[in-house]
Amino acid sequence: MSAVVEFEDVIAVTGSFPVLTGVDVSVNEGEIVLVRGENGAGKTSFLRACAGLLRVSAGSARVLGFDMRVDRRTPRRYIGFLGHENNLYRDLWAKEHVEFRAAAGRGSKSDAEAALAKVGFPSSLWSVPISALSAGQRRKIAIASVIVARPRLWLLDEPHAALDAESRTTLNSVLREAASSGATVVFASHEGALSEELSSRVITLQGGRVAGDSGVS
Amino acid sequence: MLAEVLLLARKDLQIEWRAKVALGQVAPLTLLIVVIFAFALDANAPLLELGAGGLYWVAILYGGTLLTQRSFELETEDGNIDGFRMSPMKVHSLFLGKALALFVQIGLLEIVLGPVILLFYDVQVANWALLVTAGVAGTMAFSVCGVLWGVMAAGLRVRATLLPLLLVPVLAPVLLAGSRAFETALGVRADAGWSWTSLMFVIAAVHTVVGLGTFGFLLEES
Repeated sequence: MSAVVEFEDVIAVTGSFPVLTGVDVSVNEGEIVLVRGENGAGKTSFLRACAGLLRVSAGSARVLGFDMRVDRRTPRRYIGFLGHENNLYRDLWAKEHVEFRAAAGRGSKSDAEAALAKVGFPSSLWSVPISALSAGQRRKIAIASVIVARPRLWLLDEPHAALDAESRTTLNSVLREAASSGATVVFASHEGALSEELSSRVITLQGGRVAGDSGVS
Repeated sequence: MLAEVLLLARKDLQIEWRAKVALGQVAPLTLLIVVIFAFALDANAPLLELGAGGLYWVAILYGGTLLTQRSFELETEDGNIDGFRMSPMKVHSLFLGKALALFVQIGLLEIVLGPVILLFYDVQVANWALLVTAGVAGTMAFSVCGVLWGVMAAGLRVRATLLPLLLVPVLAPVLLAGSRAFETALGVRADAGWSWTSLMFVIAAVHTVVGLGTFGFLLEES
């Protein structure tokens, strides 16, 4: 299996504050990796660095074979990123939003419908403005927007947030299916059993560096 | 690339159509500015006729700046700036798509405002071709400048106040050229209206080239 994320002694800074202080980690294709750690441990920063949204100041960072210190934009075509916020256009209808994301990634309208159905978003709400929906429903639209991009690398920050029990189980199924088809999933979560049950590997961050890795003996 | 440009522009216009910010808030506000100018000048007909072109562009400058702000608000609310950066579309398409959507909105604003100026300020159009061409040139210049400077302010907390501060000085030449061209088109100044119009096309072209070259960098660094 080839490495999808290869970080060696990666340092990243936000403002003047070092958020990653020497991360060494390698994630292989098809893995489902849970990133955990206390608040401020660097989970979100790690995911953002993988997505190229956070500049790597020092060290070696390769994602999907691209050197993130040279080109942060090209690999994003193959990455699906879901942060704390949902990245939704609130005045669009749910279906319109996912259709837009699908079209941006050369997908079709039927891809959008399939993705909404997959996350259990009811068709009766497809033509409702996003601003009128609940937090959980918005999260589902955000997840559907990642699905339609057909990413090779999924980077998810607290993906279960705001979802009900049934939807959390559905999300886990979606992520397992993605991994079984060759995609790689890296997600940060504070959900205990639910996340551990999903993941094939757990990386623990502390103070901006890897403090534990179940994949390393 | 054209498909991506149209896709992004369509999305922006669809959102505006739903939210009705341009038509429901910005257009009435610019109309109000035009009316207030008339009151401020004490409904002095010769003065209003003389200043109609300039006052029109001042109102458009104000309304257009609000529309530019709104255009980038869409890309920053709910963490959307990350979605915008992560977009698989080419950066050139992002720049041109935003500019096209802004062009349509500012153009509509101008179309709404035009008859009001003619009516309230009692001016006659002496050269329709010049008026329309100058309007198109000014709108193009405004749109590309707006997107170029809008993305610079997009990632900042103070963008609401910073964008006008950045944009208005940059658009001052467009305001000047548009005013002169309109004054010629309205027959109140025997001046080189076409030259001023050409200047606006040059400003639009220069900013388009700069925008295409720098938009990706500015998007990452904003």
